[in-house]
Amino acid sequence: MSATATGWETVVGLEVHCELATATKLFCACPNAFGAEPNTNVCPVCLGLPGSLPVLNERAVELAMRIGQALHCTVKPSIFHRKNYFYPDMPKDYQISQYDEPINVDGYLELPDGTRVGIERAHLEEDTGKTTHVGGGGRIHEATYSLVDYNRAGVPLVEIVAAPDIRSADAARAYVAELRAILVAIGASDARMEEGSLRVDANVSVRRPGEPFGTRCEVKNLNSLRSLGRAIEFEAQRQITLLERGEAVVQQTRHWDESDGRTHTLRSKEEAYDYRYFPEPDLVPVAPPGEWQDQVRALLPPLPADRRAHLAAVTGSTPAGVALVVERGLDGLVLAAVAAGADPERALTHAEHNLSMEGADRLDPAAFARLVAMEVAGELTATQAKAVLVDMVETGDPPDDIARARGFEAMGSDALTAAVDEAIAADPDAWASYCGGNEKAKGALVGRVMKATRGQADGKAVTALLEERRAAAPGPA
Amino acid sequence: MQPMADRITRDDVAHVAWLARLQLTEDELDRFTGQLGAVLDHAADVEALDVGDVPPTAHPLPLENVLRADTPRPGLDRDVVLGMAPSAEDGRFRVPPVLGEAP
Amino acid sequence: MTGAGGRPGPRGPAHEIAAAVRRGERTAALVVDEYLEAIAAREEELHAFNVITAERAREAAALLDRRVAAGDDPGPLAGVPVALKDNLCTRGVPTTCSSRILAGWKPPYDATVVERLAAAGAVVVGKTNLDEFAMGSSTEHSATGPTRNPVDTERVPGGSSGGSAAAVAAGFAPIALGSDTGGSIRQPAAFCGVVGVKPTYGRVSRYGLVAFASSLDQIGPFATTVADAALVLEVIAGHDPLDSTSVAEPAPDLLRVLDDGVAGLRVGVVRELLGEGVDAEVVERTRAAAEALDAAGAVVDEVSVPAAAYGLSAYYLIAPAEASSNLARYDGVRYGLRVDAASTAEMNVATRTEGFGDEVKRRIMLGTYALSAGYYDAYYGKAQRVRTLIIRDFDAAYERVDLLLAPTTPTTAFRFGDKTGDPLSMYLSDVCTIPSNLSGHPAMSVPFGFGAGGLPIGVQVLAPALGEAAMFRAAAVLEEAIK
Repeated sequence: MSATATGWETVVGLEVHCELATATKLFCACPNAFGAEPNTNVCPVCLGLPGSLPVLNERAVELAMRIGQALHCTVKPSIFHRKNYFYPDMPKDYQISQYDEPINVDGYLELPDGTRVGIERAHLEEDTGKTTHVGGGGRIHEATYSLVDYNRAGVPLVEIVAAPDIRSADAARAYVAELRAILVAIGASDARMEEGSLRVDANVSVRRPGEPFGTRCEVKNLNSLRSLGRAIEFEAQRQITLLERGEAVVQQTRHWDESDGRTHTLRSKEEAYDYRYFPEPDLVPVAPPGEWQDQVRALLPPLPADRRAHLAAVTGSTPAGVALVVERGLDGLVLAAVAAGADPERALTHAEHNLSMEGADRLDPAAFARLVAMEVAGELTATQAKAVLVDMVETGDPPDDIARARGFEAMGSDALTAAVDEAIAADPDAWASYCGGNEKAKGALVGRVMKATRGQADGKAVTALLEERRAAAPGPA
Repeated sequence: MQPMADRITRDDVAHVAWLARLQLTEDELDRFTGQLGAVLDHAADVEALDVGDVPPTAHPLPLENVLRADTPRPGLDRDVVLGMAPSAEDGRFRVPPVLGEAP
Repeated sequence: MTGAGGRPGPRGPAHEIAAAVRRGERTAALVVDEYLEAIAAREEELHAFNVITAERAREAAALLDRRVAAGDDPGPLAGVPVALKDNLCTRGVPTTCSSRILAGWKPPYDATVVERLAAAGAVVVGKTNLDEFAMGSSTEHSATGPTRNPVDTERVPGGSSGGSAAAVAAGFAPIALGSDTGGSIRQPAAFCGVVGVKPTYGRVSRYGLVAFASSLDQIGPFATTVADAALVLEVIAGHDPLDSTSVAEPAPDLLRVLDDGVAGLRVGVVRELLGEGVDAEVVERTRAAAEALDAAGAVVDEVSVPAAAYGLSAYYLIAPAEASSNLARYDGVRYGLRVDAASTAEMNVATRTEGFGDEVKRRIMLGTYALSAGYYDAYYGKAQRVRTLIIRDFDAAYERVDLLLAPTTPTTAFRFGDKTGDPLSMYLSDVCTIPSNLSGHPAMSVPFGFGAGGLPIGVQVLAPALGEAAMFRAAAVLEEAIK
């Protein structure tokens, strides 16, 4: 973002809601499932029928703890509150949510570039139903009526509130991408922004570096990483323009419209709701005992940041350099191949550039190691190795078989030496010119070798041999 | 010791009625303001109590960690659910236009 | 016909009915018909019921009789008619809370207590009238009209479970269920001359009880005898996984200890509840009850529960606050009344304005105010701290005594209209019962004689949490002493 260049700094705080991958809802035994026929996963509890009572889902607490632990939070004794406001997608006209005593507090998330974003809290709450606006092109203000489906009502959510540590749209995207990777890695959520199982609200403000935070606006309706980045850039620029004109930024909630690429006013702070929070009397406190926390922690898989650090150490790269490979989930393959003797740098290069296809993670590490060895030994060129790799992922056949079938015959060093000597003999002019220091003449000689070997010779090996021969040749005198 | 809040006003009652989604006539506003004021005046006797270091009791029982297994059970039949609705359409509850996003 | 004072009529008590039905000596069908006849004879005068489920009751009775004939034992309440307060959810039977906003609503599920009663062989004869959403002390705040006290039809039966108390007192059913948030079982029991029990908070599942104030509400029985109340409580109590606030204890063993007496038990008469505002005749009956316990071998003393004096104030902040949230769901979207309007928000307002009565509106507004920004600490927060003080004072008292004794109500049943113009005076009639709701402790009202005009007077036995067994022993002694 160009803000810094203009003397302004963008400050972003992100609130992320993720739906937990439980079998049932947060407070009742209705299935937590996406895409069912409307109002088919509902019961007295999640419909808010008179007399019904909530009972907390143990698995949801466990997943919330996992999220907290993965974000280096402290897990604390917590209680639920009622957040009171009227809205038709909320069956009880209050939302059961954790308020001033959340289950997870004070953590951080480490981005691939090593910077940390503080996590203020990660708390449990229930989702609302879904309202569809009918008429007026589906736009809320022009609708003639609305229809409500309560299948989603009561689905468990964890809201992850980050500190205002983010300073650019790129960093915001990186944060959400990393958070998504963590949520998926620990099995807490499928974290799909497009399906709404991961929802991001951005609090955006701008300031002159070193000055106190400016007035912020909350931007909603960010349904992809791309929207998130664009919305932050637009909103920051809007605020900068206001301030540079001497106008004030008004604290308000704004709605991102992907189609026109702008944020629009939803409501201002003056219309703020009085939620009348009070402790939910139908539920009792949740204070996960230490043993339970330890059990959950013991089952935590390695997190993306740890995996990056490990892979970088093994391959001699940097955490940022291996980020893509870890994101693709290919770090296990690379590590196993290295353990089986593969050259770390070559293995990593293949994983990064040649294994973006579906099924790459199922590649047999030993076969992958063998392929890398063949390439390092000069039996395959880089281009050939890539072609063999593609076939390996597709067919599962060993690299030797594929190389043979494709006619990538092993070019032994004797055969290569013979081919080089033949090329020298066949074009003495070029050879003399090359020996005389004309590097361009080398091309003709390499070309001859390639032609004679029908492209199976490794260009680098040919060059190396030619240089070896020239060094050994008697001087021009 | 915290002093109790000032006596409830007619405006307070009108604001509270809106928060509670109730509409009051002018007469009702007058009457309810007086009645709520009387109850709150009576409640002022707790003002004499020093409760600054007394923790609040949200709940008479010292229970915690009441949890249920994450095992799905079928819910209600949709015909029954929508049969209760004042208005339904297309498998969903129908309501008049919603003039604003959820807060 | 049951006489004034709720002595069992020729049709009761419940344990005898159940015993006869289980042995095949009486048919459930006959029992139910007898009670339906009693209802038909006097219901028009009293209006105890919002709905009488005669047809369902006859079907259920016939089924029970077939089971008995086949050698089955339908359970400890076999064939016993029961009246249910109309805030307990009954599958397919209207559950209205005596409110226009729920008129005609038929729940798709049964409350846990309703399931347990059915599993014990009880037969529901109807849903009883109450103050709308259980907010009131006279059953005058009912959208279906007031219930009359069977003892004196010019007077209120008390409330909010006035219909259940009247039904039992009038012999419409030997047992009934009510709910008690600030005295809504005990006060009408005292006014109508029957036994009424508020169990320990968490003893009886609230699943299916339409919530008024969730941290105070508790379901309990009405009966003509202490033994019948014990029988019903044994059936409905016990842990329920559908209620997070349900205690993980089995139902208390009450019938077995009922005749154990009170010899050696220490009983304290609560000084603060015998003072100003309590009628002399009520004080006199309470002292007489203390003497009766003393005569039966209890060690009786006077004790102080100072914070109990602040119970009413704390209650009228906490209960409305919780109610304001519990009653938000009646918004015209999913069930019950809808008054249409141009937008959903306006529809919410129109529906609630039309659907709720004045007392409910008053309490919703009071509670909304107590929770609103800027007032939470002064009102709700402070009331929760006072609640702690009350619990501490009760705990201190129970260091010295096993049980407490107090009046149930400051007065006998009052006349219709006496208190409806002045909400605060109505609230004051709960002053003796409210502390137990705030502490969560059990308490029950036992008829103990009559005041002027032959109006029943009840005395209240209070016990520490889960202390129902000793409480029932004392109640049985008082019942015996007044015979």
